Amino acid sequence: MYSDFFSMHSEWALTFVLLFVFFYDLLAVGRARRIFHPLVCGLMSCYLLFSAWNLGGGQLSLFGGMYVSTPIANVMKIILGLGTLIVFLFAGEWLHSEENRLKQGEFYVLVLSTLLGMNFMLSSGHFLLFFIGLELASIPMSTLVAFDKFRHHSAEAGAKYILTALFSSGLMLFGLSFIYGTTGTLYFSDLALRLSGSPLQLLSLAFFLAGMGFKLSLVPFHLWTADSYQGAPTPVAAYLSVVSKGAAAMALMCILMQVFPVMIQKWQLALQVLIVITITLGNLMALRQTDLKRFMAFSSISQAGYILLAMLQGVPSGQTALVYYILVYLAANLAVFGVIGVVENKTGLVERDDYNGFAAAHPRLAFVMMLGLFSLAGIPPFSGFFSKFFVFMSAAGGGFYPILLIALLNTVISLYYYLLLVRAMYISPSDEKGAAGFSALCLGWGDKLAFALCLGGILLLGLAGGVYEFIDMVNG
Amino acid sequence: MNILSLFVLLPIIMMAGVWLSRTLGQIRGVMVIGASCLLALSVWLTVSFLSLRAGGDVSPMLYTASCVWYAPLRISYAVGVDGISVLMLLLSSIIVFTGTFASWRIAQAKSYFLWYCLLAVGVYGFFISVDLFAMFMFYEIALIPMYLLIGVWGSGRKEYAAMKLTLMLMGGSALLLIGILGIFFGSGAQTMNVLEIAALNNIPLEVQKIFFPFVFIGFGVLGALFPFHTWSPDGHASAPTAVSMLHAGVLMKLGGYGCFRVAIYLLPDAAEELSWIFLILTTISVVYGAFCACVQTDLKYINAYSSVSHCGLVLFALLMMTRTSCTGAILQMLSHGLMTALFFALIGMIYGRTHTRDVREMRGLMQVLPFLSVGYVVAGLANLGLPGLSGFVAEMTIFVGSFQHTDLFHRVCTLLACTSIVITAVYMVRVVGRMLYGRCTDEHHLALTDATWDERLVVICLICAVAGMGLAPFWLSDLIGEGVGSILANG
Repeated sequence: MYSDFFSMHSEWALTFVLLFVFFYDLLAVGRARRIFHPLVCGLMSCYLLFSAWNLGGGQLSLFGGMYVSTPIANVMKIILGLGTLIVFLFAGEWLHSEENRLKQGEFYVLVLSTLLGMNFMLSSGHFLLFFIGLELASIPMSTLVAFDKFRHHSAEAGAKYILTALFSSGLMLFGLSFIYGTTGTLYFSDLALRLSGSPLQLLSLAFFLAGMGFKLSLVPFHLWTADSYQGAPTPVAAYLSVVSKGAAAMALMCILMQVFPVMIQKWQLALQVLIVITITLGNLMALRQTDLKRFMAFSSISQAGYILLAMLQGVPSGQTALVYYILVYLAANLAVFGVIGVVENKTGLVERDDYNGFAAAHPRLAFVMMLGLFSLAGIPPFSGFFSKFFVFMSAAGGGFYPILLIALLNTVISLYYYLLLVRAMYISPSDEKGAAGFSALCLGWGDKLAFALCLGGILLLGLAGGVYEFIDMVNG
Repeated sequence: MNILSLFVLLPIIMMAGVWLSRTLGQIRGVMVIGASCLLALSVWLTVSFLSLRAGGDVSPMLYTASCVWYAPLRISYAVGVDGISVLMLLLSSIIVFTGTFASWRIAQAKSYFLWYCLLAVGVYGFFISVDLFAMFMFYEIALIPMYLLIGVWGSGRKEYAAMKLTLMLMGGSALLLIGILGIFFGSGAQTMNVLEIAALNNIPLEVQKIFFPFVFIGFGVLGALFPFHTWSPDGHASAPTAVSMLHAGVLMKLGGYGCFRVAIYLLPDAAEELSWIFLILTTISVVYGAFCACVQTDLKYINAYSSVSHCGLVLFALLMMTRTSCTGAILQMLSHGLMTALFFALIGMIYGRTHTRDVREMRGLMQVLPFLSVGYVVAGLANLGLPGLSGFVAEMTIFVGSFQHTDLFHRVCTLLACTSIVITAVYMVRVVGRMLYGRCTDEHHLALTDATWDERLVVICLICAVAGMGLAPFWLSDLIGEGVGSILANG
């Protein structure tokens, strides 16, 4: 029984990193504090290498099926870890500022505990473990959103986040209680056999979808998103939009496929409705935003709709497309958030108009941002094109052509608002405020490394077919 | 490595070269060497293709190669050429070569040429690909540099025009993507290779009828099909000279080529059934474009509408689906590509001197700019189909081919489309008479100097090509004919 504990490699490693950072934060003084950031990034890299090392091996079921680790979930954990590492790299400069220097350790510990929660979500074989993972992922997150506690926006965003998170958790628990009441079990493997699709179970499916909809910020459960992104510190917003969303999407797909295959037609219908309104409304709202963080919030809402397209068919190949989509989305979105963060950190500018003439002042950063935006919009030869194509292909394989048409027409709208930002950077002439601020921009080593990782992802993940094939091979 | 992949590789190397260059001289050097290599490569390809055919090689595509790209999704990078794509590659090389000289004095040369080369990657890649995924990818690669090329280096309402063009073409490609996926899943093929799907030829008629409009409109947007042509006048009018040349000369051909290679080749039964709808639209395109050109006063708008009319003729001829008319369509693509590039080059040069494109503000330019004016007259004559120049060969073949249909509907459409010849003559002669002849009274215009050496090179190259095509069309139509034959034989 105890040997089961040691088989949970990535969770163990992550817990170790977490505890180490916690105690280091308590005990380190003087010079030791100055290398805190590099140390944490180094530890995260070691954790990633360790997880990659243990990637081999098949499905593992521990604690009587409570904890189930599948190869594809392990790949997803590595991707999430990678996203976290990039966020840490970007956060370096921001954490060194006067007001945050003392809170540096808290930031790492909180982020790592949400990551741990997500890992449990992905490996759960029982709804209780899933729920604990979900809570572990969302409660520290609200603290992170409110991290800049002296900024009014941030506190408000934190409050909004915790209230909606708790409400959605409550909703989901309510749904789970119906499932337990009708079947007498919460093990995924048993549920697949015992669920019959009775009305009460349908209701629980609806509650479950609504709860996950909050996490994924699907329309109509998206209302917290824009405010939280705007109020949260930029690295936290980046983390929310990529890592948190990716974990929720993957967990949702696994559970829909494992637990609810009986009701496949019902949840396919629900997903179709969610996709159409999420993509369309997300895009239409994004059109109106001028604050870049709100803009990215709505863009990430519509991206969540595209992620759902991969789930529609409910087959393993869709899972591959989903994991690949999240990987590519991670690179592109973090690149854009990285630029926003760097600029905000140094100049305090976050409006789109502030970026007028950015390309002339800072060609490299503007170039990175443009590539990120093109990848998000799905323009070849950047990897976003490939991930979008595969997601569409997965939906077309199931014959969902009408949904596909709507989603594709929406890509045109999304291209419009991404191009608006490109236009601001490259075509509009600069005003004096921006030009003066941009000249002071300089990048630390963490930013450079993070941009290099993102840029590598944007350029290579698509053109090199091997990545997709690897994920597909792992998925079996 | 396959010889065709060089067409994609060379522009990428050029991009790297431009990226690394430090001075304007180096950038120009890289571009000229690269563009000349591309031109030489496509001439060599044409010659060796002809000799292979003469040697009795009858497979539908030559120089084929395929390498698996995404095995789980059955996507591969597959290339191959037939007579049609060989000529399209040749056309692209001529335009890329002359376009390089036409942008000799552009501002911010480095980033300009980077995007220009990316555009070339897309265009070449599209013409050599035979895999639906690769085709679609290159098609989209060709679209996005347009936004920045027009938005940054354009003139007039450039931001509006760039956005409109990009979004409309992206909308087209969205429809196209559905069509491609529909074809792939409908045929149940093992790869996305066009040849394989065509060989299976097993898509049920109902499925074909659903996806044919998607594919045809998707490509048709780029080919300026009637209700979706509105991006073209604004886009061409705002774009810098070389970009207009490349866009009207080559990129619009992607539309016609795609309609033929994908829509008509892979969905032949639906093409037969539904062609009447699109024939009506393209007839409108042909006539309406010509009439619009008559009332414009801006030189670039005149040519943009003229392009709508002529590219409409390409789609019109393809939909007639006789061997002669389709051969004519391909000839028209070549002819229009060359002469419209010539037009836009000349307009750019004239605009660079007079700083106006309004026909009413220019008079008697023949006096001060004899070389450019003569070039313009030649281009105009080619445009209205004077025998001996390229336009005549193409339009003649199209109308003869279209008239082979014996039923009333096709004949009426053909007759209506024929009127465009007359209308074209009206606006061409009007512009030439108004702008070039008469007495030049404007003081500023009297002080102008004629073409510089790089401009002369562009004009002479293109005029040679236009005249060459008009004088010796037979080897071209033979080369095209067999490609057309194998595509039409599929239905």
